[in-house]
Amino acid sequence: MRFRAPRLSGTALGGGIAMAYLSLIVLIPLAAVVDKSLEDGFDTFWAAVTNEQALAALKLSLVASGIVAAINAVTGTLIAWVLVRDDFRGKGVVNSLIDLPFALPTIVAGLTLLALYGPRGPVGIDVAYTKVAVILALLFVTLPFVVRAVQPVLMELDEEMEEAAASLGAGNLTIFRRVILPNLTPAILAGVALAFARSVGEFGSLVLITGNLPFDTEVASVFIFGQIESDRVIGAAAVSVVLLAVSLVVLLGISVASRPGARHER
Amino acid sequence: MSARGARLGLRTAALGYLFLLLAAPVGLIFFRTFEHGLGPAWEAVTTPEAQHAFYLTFVMIAIAVPLNTVFGVTCALMLVRSRMPGKALVNALIDMPFAVSPVVIGLALVLVYGNDGWFGGWLTERGIQVIFSVPGMILATIFVSLPFVVREVVPVLREIGTEQEQAASTLGASGWQTFRRVTLPSIRWGLTYGIVLATARSLGEFGAISVVSGKLSGQTETATLFVEQRFHQFDLTGAYAASMVLAVMALTTLLAMNFLNRRRTH
Repeated sequence: MRFRAPRLSGTALGGGIAMAYLSLIVLIPLAAVVDKSLEDGFDTFWAAVTNEQALAALKLSLVASGIVAAINAVTGTLIAWVLVRDDFRGKGVVNSLIDLPFALPTIVAGLTLLALYGPRGPVGIDVAYTKVAVILALLFVTLPFVVRAVQPVLMELDEEMEEAAASLGAGNLTIFRRVILPNLTPAILAGVALAFARSVGEFGSLVLITGNLPFDTEVASVFIFGQIESDRVIGAAAVSVVLLAVSLVVLLGISVASRPGARHER
Repeated sequence: MSARGARLGLRTAALGYLFLLLAAPVGLIFFRTFEHGLGPAWEAVTTPEAQHAFYLTFVMIAIAVPLNTVFGVTCALMLVRSRMPGKALVNALIDMPFAVSPVVIGLALVLVYGNDGWFGGWLTERGIQVIFSVPGMILATIFVSLPFVVREVVPVLREIGTEQEQAASTLGASGWQTFRRVTLPSIRWGLTYGIVLATARSLGEFGAISVVSGKLSGQTETATLFVEQRFHQFDLTGAYAASMVLAVMALTTLLAMNFLNRRRTH
């Protein structure tokens, strides 16, 4: 016969409190953003979202995030491969450094990039206050996602398949393209989606290095911040709702994609 | 021969990318901080304003992390062990803070807890100021660091199963005893890992706090806001020195993650 899990007394009560906590801190506030954006009707919402400056900021956020996600797909897979299949001194240190962008406060990340690649940088490369700076900062903060998604899958990948392919005369590139890549694709896509979601809403690492120039380097989150500061709350809420929608779609995409086929029998 | 060349090429590319994006900028911050000797850097981070900023950051962590730990464990138990309706929904909502832009989080809290917010009137009547004050900043910190403990504890709970808990309760242990003597020891490494991640995230929070804090220097200014403020005051030494302290904390976090990762997998 089948035992039920022992009842941890107070689980129901605990569950109720947990729900209240989640509601008060996350759900009710997010609902308030949606409510605020529609306060003066849908036309006002639409006008706020399609305002030229808002559109330019949203477009920059989406395009830059797309580029960053694509670059991460390549560099993340490359780094993961080197960390799993290659061997060199100091590999352990490099491996733990991958998580640094996650642990480092974003404002510090922005400042460090500005120190090296800004007007007073020691190497004479100055990308501050340009779109390149947006990409650079986003690449910094999203570095761990694809690497950490691909690494475990690559570790479990059976090298015998590759050896078999090689013995049948396949070259390195063919083996990578036909044997390794298909196995890694779900993990790469999951990492890319997370990197994209993170980039779309990124704020801290961008404020110092991009100069926040409207129609040029102002991303969506910085635009929202400006709207809040100048007391245009409905405009801020409207663009926030667009960002919320984008991240919800990405989150849903990840959870749908990771459900069927991707979950191998272990 | 060419396989070795390819391997070396890939290694160089991966390490070069990591050097240019991560190691060089962060290393430069350390150099810049001590460029003019230890004195100015020490002075910059020991001004009353700087000390208050770091103190406030610790207050945020000291309140948000324990609350999220209790919530996280309760919520994880509920998600794994109980059969509450709406579990799938809660499971999906827990990840929201990962996907929402920090600026949107700040706006959301203002819209509920600000003077004109949903609960603003009720709070003002009772003389409670949340926004532009420390409680709002704590709420923001809780919001951004909320999912970590849940996400680390859930897989461990799934893996350990319920046999030992059942045995304990068969032998007459109460729910609380079972939890404290059986469940808690088995989840301790996952739990600690979640706590470390939540601490790192709380330490570095910038965007949401910048919206809700009002940025009153010496009052509602955390360490990350202090970095930005020093930068805008053209006090680069101060900005670099405070950044370096935060970077050292981030590196400490990395060491802790590294250590715990090894524990978790053994």
